[in-house]
Amino acid sequence: MQTLTPSKTQLPQVAHPRNPGMPLDLDWVAAVQANTSAIERRAATLGGRRSVKKEFQAAWLLKAVSLIDLTTLSGDDTWGRVERLCAKARQPVAPWMLEKLGMEGLTTGAVCVYHDMVETAVRALEGTKIPVAAVSTGFPAGLSPFDLRIEEIRRSVAAGAQEIDIVISRRHVLTGNWQALYDEMREMRDACGNAHVKAILATGELATLRNVARASLVCMMAGADFIKTSTGKESVNATLPVTLTMIRAIRDYQDRTGVKVGYKPAGGIAKAKDALLYLALMKDELGHPWLQPDLFRFGASSLLGDIERQLEHYLTGHYSAANRHAMG
Amino acid sequence: MTIKEIFDRMDYGPAPEGNAEVKAWLAKHGQTFGHFIDGGFTKPAATFATKNPANGTDLAQITQGTAQDIDAAVAAARRAQPKWARLPAHARAKYLYALARLIQKHARLLAVLETMDNGKPIRESRDIDVPLVARHFYYHAGLAQLMDSELPGHAPHGVCGAVIPWNFPLLMLAWKVAPALAAGNTVVLKPAEYTPLTALLFAEITREAGLPKGVLNIVTGDGDTGAALVAHPGVDKIAFTGSTAVGKAIRRATAGTGKALTLELGGKSPYIVFDDADIDSAIEGLVDAIWFNQGQVCCAGSRLLVQEGIAPRFHEKLKRRMDGLRLGDPLDKCIDVGAVVDPIQLATITDMVNGSDGDIYHADTPIPAQGCFYPPTLITGLGTASRLMQEEIFGPVLVSMTFRTPAEAVDLANNTRYGLAASVWTENVNLALDIAPKIKAGVVWVNATNLFDAAAGFGGVRESGFGREGGWEGLMAYLKPVRSAKPLKPVAAIPEPRDFDPPTLDRTAKLFIGGKQARPDGGYSRPVFSPKGKHLGHVGLGNRKDIRNAVEAAHAAKGWGKATGHNRAQILYYIAENLSARATEFAARIRDLTGRDGTAEVDASIARLFTYAAWSDKYDGQAKSVPIRGVALAMNEPVGVIAALCPDEAPLLGLISTMAPAIAMGNTCVLVPSDPFPLAATDLYQVLETSDLPAGVVNIVTGSHAELAKPLAGHMDVEALWSFSSTDLSALIESESAANLKRTWVNNGRARDWMGAEGEGREFLRHATAIKTIWVPYGE
Repeated sequence: MQTLTPSKTQLPQVAHPRNPGMPLDLDWVAAVQANTSAIERRAATLGGRRSVKKEFQAAWLLKAVSLIDLTTLSGDDTWGRVERLCAKARQPVAPWMLEKLGMEGLTTGAVCVYHDMVETAVRALEGTKIPVAAVSTGFPAGLSPFDLRIEEIRRSVAAGAQEIDIVISRRHVLTGNWQALYDEMREMRDACGNAHVKAILATGELATLRNVARASLVCMMAGADFIKTSTGKESVNATLPVTLTMIRAIRDYQDRTGVKVGYKPAGGIAKAKDALLYLALMKDELGHPWLQPDLFRFGASSLLGDIERQLEHYLTGHYSAANRHAMG
Repeated sequence: MTIKEIFDRMDYGPAPEGNAEVKAWLAKHGQTFGHFIDGGFTKPAATFATKNPANGTDLAQITQGTAQDIDAAVAAARRAQPKWARLPAHARAKYLYALARLIQKHARLLAVLETMDNGKPIRESRDIDVPLVARHFYYHAGLAQLMDSELPGHAPHGVCGAVIPWNFPLLMLAWKVAPALAAGNTVVLKPAEYTPLTALLFAEITREAGLPKGVLNIVTGDGDTGAALVAHPGVDKIAFTGSTAVGKAIRRATAGTGKALTLELGGKSPYIVFDDADIDSAIEGLVDAIWFNQGQVCCAGSRLLVQEGIAPRFHEKLKRRMDGLRLGDPLDKCIDVGAVVDPIQLATITDMVNGSDGDIYHADTPIPAQGCFYPPTLITGLGTASRLMQEEIFGPVLVSMTFRTPAEAVDLANNTRYGLAASVWTENVNLALDIAPKIKAGVVWVNATNLFDAAAGFGGVRESGFGREGGWEGLMAYLKPVRSAKPLKPVAAIPEPRDFDPPTLDRTAKLFIGGKQARPDGGYSRPVFSPKGKHLGHVGLGNRKDIRNAVEAAHAAKGWGKATGHNRAQILYYIAENLSARATEFAARIRDLTGRDGTAEVDASIARLFTYAAWSDKYDGQAKSVPIRGVALAMNEPVGVIAALCPDEAPLLGLISTMAPAIAMGNTCVLVPSDPFPLAATDLYQVLETSDLPAGVVNIVTGSHAELAKPLAGHMDVEALWSFSSTDLSALIESESAANLKRTWVNNGRARDWMGAEGEGREFLRHATAIKTIWVPYGE
């Protein structure tokens, strides 16, 4: 097996070594359990167990903003659309609000686009520390020829993407071919070079939480820096039960290897309240390091708008309206 | 703190639930409450304070109930009861429905008040207690509606006295009041001294619902008030939830009074984790098992049994999870663990833990400086004999031990005086469904814990009490079969005549123990005579050692409980067949013993054996409609070893009517046959011996009912004792049974028509079984 040298390039937020991966441990994979009903019960009661109010809520929502991979992944994306998105990433919340909150300079965690938009985004974000993430590897289905998927990664990196969101081959999970999944992930990670790699599991297509847990583990063994729920294109995207399953896998991986792997729920997180729940879950299950952009991101497009409205409500005492905030 | 600082630290911050409405409600009452009797509040008399355990402040003054108050409340309940019971089922259903709706309308007021009085986190009172209360009233509105059509031949007990604990003040009220009212009883309820407030608010709600005066009465006070209620002669049934010690005292206090009794008591419930479990989910389950309500839960999974191979890692993960629990103001919406109910309880927990020789781990989490707070605690390294492994702590303290094999897990799980609940964690469905029936408990949760619903029976075995709450089985605890209440005259043995002829050939009737005929330990026999003075033979006089031997034999035969219903039916049919073959001989024996023709009794006995052979594979359990994705199975399990003092007046039929339901349901039994007419039973040995009945399933000890009742009632390894004796031993039996809280079924000196319908049927089957509710959530 090929060994990977840890990245020398440090992304702005990165404060810990990348995940070098480890040999595929099939015994460990086979031993993974995930009890769906129990996980769902935990997820269902979380909202009743955790609550953040007033200035704490405002601070937490600002934290959420800093963790957003502001995303556009549509067939009708244009350069102009991506430029507007990048402008929003630079200034996600109205300047007057950030000033009042004492949070000037806040940006989103990253911008996430298709390969063809990488150069535009990189240019639009010049002078900021905001990285550009590209969805590569035949997103969203991941069924284009393997060599082309690898090549797409190389091209995206060459175009300036600092983060690559790859999609795994769901069929390897559904057929229990963990070796194939591992090998694929390994090769994709290698192709990323110094760019960080997020493995999109497309959990909505993996059928069971047990599969989600096993796929999470295999991708981490193969060196994923982040594991990510969804492309946003599956019929079911990020959910709390899936999140719980994946972050428990992250915790087990850290316990075994000492390596911290990041987590990115994507798709379906549209409300400020949902974002708070996710943050509480990360804080309680994994701890404070997973409340930083190097280990946690929201893949979201409409979440920011709701957070802006909640923040304005906090500042003014009046419920806000969408048209008062700059469109992304 | 600035927003930026919070942004960097990401602390939770305070999230208080408002309590202005509760304060206004308390102020409306001048922070002082009387009792609620006959539809109105009494004038407050001598009072004591009820406090908020989170900060020690007084919430209100509560009236200490006196014997006179209990008198007044029972009298009001008595006056109201006949009319309440006569209401059409639909009318009672409407009242219960109204109560359910009103509880939802006042949900937040009830939740906040509960949290302030009890100290439990607002999340629990708001998301668990109060919704379950509403659900309980909805469900019982339905039972009330269906009762007349579904349960003909049953009547309410009359006036029910309910004594409830402080851990779930309103929920326990609901568990008592809803079924009692649905069944047509009226209620006098004594809430716990520490937590009377939600009951008083509920009293107000009953007025909003227009509940007739006297149907529900609430008398507040301490243990003395509860004792006065229990002792009151005007009460027909007592329902108690609380400690095993008090439960035993109530068992003794009500012994022989004819009061019906259900007890829901303590536990030391095992929480079994096999090595193939979803470990993280099992740990999260423990949070809901032992740190729910500060561990002040009778069915708390307080005894962790974890498979040895995964134990170190499990404990390590568990400690980390414990460290993340947040203790604090119970009204804070971001708190996991609130305040223990009272400083006395806190001191008890503290002393118990400090006296432990195990390895004590306290969660590394901040504890409020003031108020009754105790940190989540894990104790490892204890032996089975350690006090904390056996005794209920009733606090947020988990004790842990390891096991090697499934069989050892079961042995350790059952190595306790209690039998309330259990959790089993494994991803192997074969293992889960094998273990669940083997655990001595009334409730088993598979891959879950502390799931409750009005449709599913809840209650214990052993010293965790008897009776079920919830479901049809819970309603049955508030009903009695309608039947004649004729007194049972004592039936005396025929005295020895002045002159008699010796039997033509001496036949020695011995005892029947473990499938063998055994001489009585004491070596004494007594002659048995016919009414005409004929010497019929001798009968052995069993003593306490014979009882000991018989109980041991009955335990050795417990494999009978695993025989299939079909198999048990075959043997009952075979007994009937062999009895039929000797019908003439048995009829003659009955005539000799009693002086009356025995033909009808023999025929009825054969029919009765057929009845229970029929029931053997037909007394089905139920799959309850509970609001989860999964099933809650109500399984009719054998009680265990059932002892019975058989009817005196029907020497053969009485014994068969007792034995057959017991063994049909998989119990083994120790029977003391008719005291005056024992020889029909001793003749039966040969029938049993030739019917393929495994040795020890039926054991028969002849002798004096009065003498044998005591060792049977006090025997710690007998699970139930029935008495149909014409010697009225009800008081003795019920009192002595408190030793291990065995289930008792006594006649209170009332006759039963053994030849008729009341001599058989579901009433017997209910007494011969214990319902175990097995919750199996599923989904992949």
